[in-house]
Amino acid sequence: MISFLVNNVDVQVDAPGDTPLLWILRDWLNLTGTKFGCGVAQCGACTVHVDGQARRSCVTPVASVAGSAVTTVEGLAATAGDGREFHPLQAAWIEVQAPQCGYCQPGQLMQAAALLGETPDPSDDDIRNGMAANLCRCMAYVRIRKAIKLAAQAQNGGRK
Amino acid sequence: MRVAILTAAAALSTTVALATEADLRRSESFDAKQDRIERSVALFGEMAKVITHPRCMNCHPADNIPRQGDEQRLHRPPMVRGGEASFGPSGLHCNSCHGSENLAVVGHDRDIPGHDPWQLAPASMGWIGLSVHEICVQLKDPARNGNRSLADIHKFLATDGLVGWGWHPGKGREAAPGTQEILGELTQAWIQTGAACPK
Repeated sequence: MISFLVNNVDVQVDAPGDTPLLWILRDWLNLTGTKFGCGVAQCGACTVHVDGQARRSCVTPVASVAGSAVTTVEGLAATAGDGREFHPLQAAWIEVQAPQCGYCQPGQLMQAAALLGETPDPSDDDIRNGMAANLCRCMAYVRIRKAIKLAAQAQNGGRK
Repeated sequence: MRVAILTAAAALSTTVALATEADLRRSESFDAKQDRIERSVALFGEMAKVITHPRCMNCHPADNIPRQGDEQRLHRPPMVRGGEASFGPSGLHCNSCHGSENLAVVGHDRDIPGHDPWQLAPASMGWIGLSVHEICVQLKDPARNGNRSLADIHKFLATDGLVGWGWHPGKGREAAPGTQEILGELTQAWIQTGAACPK
């Protein structure tokens, strides 16, 4: 039995330890916000947080997260700690209408949250480097960058 | 029958041992060189077979971009060194994808390499594009080698786990030549003979 937290809820799964975390989230826990893209850590669609750090869940054996805290896009808003429905990034995503087809967006949001967690006021280079491994086939990159900057501004109390 | 099996096993064992020797000569094979400096230079030349191998060089970029594979292509997906910690930019650390051990991926001919920690060498130790002479000089320079003494360098090359990964790179990658033990012996002998650098 492998025990860990998912979005602050204790879970225990009786699965082979090498099962990708992605499949545990989607098929066992019905948290389908996290997407399967490439399966080989090349696209970022499956990004979640493990103990606050971005992790590609498609190449993360579930045994490796035993005792850890996993956050998925479903739990992102709660991490802001302000009781609002949306995380500042999600609010900014809506405001600038960042998604097109939307498939990669949960991974984009989780990666952006990891970026802002370390660099609250990111430069264009910070955003380019930190988001470079999250692919968007709709080419929404300009809007994504705009939304990250907007969210950073909101998180920093409107200062810029 | 039993004799035949034992003979075959002995032959296999000899073949493996010879392959290791052929890949990377042991330090004693340089004992015949009478001149101490000449021997030291030759020892570093042998060490350089490991140091310049893709398993080592891929994580010693001079341009802050890691390389991948035996062909040393640019890292895919795009990745940069990040800050001084050298484990990726803000929010995207090496261990976002690289776990604590090599990971087999169904349908793919290469494992995703893994070790804890997984990170680049410091920026001051960028080797790609340098000559063996330049690498040697850099390796000995405390200002550029992380303030390491020669004894520290020996310990690092002989025992560090991430260096050791070079001989256990998983499916789809060539292992570094020889063994980490032989590299350690060569390094010790190189230091004992004056740690001379090739010209």
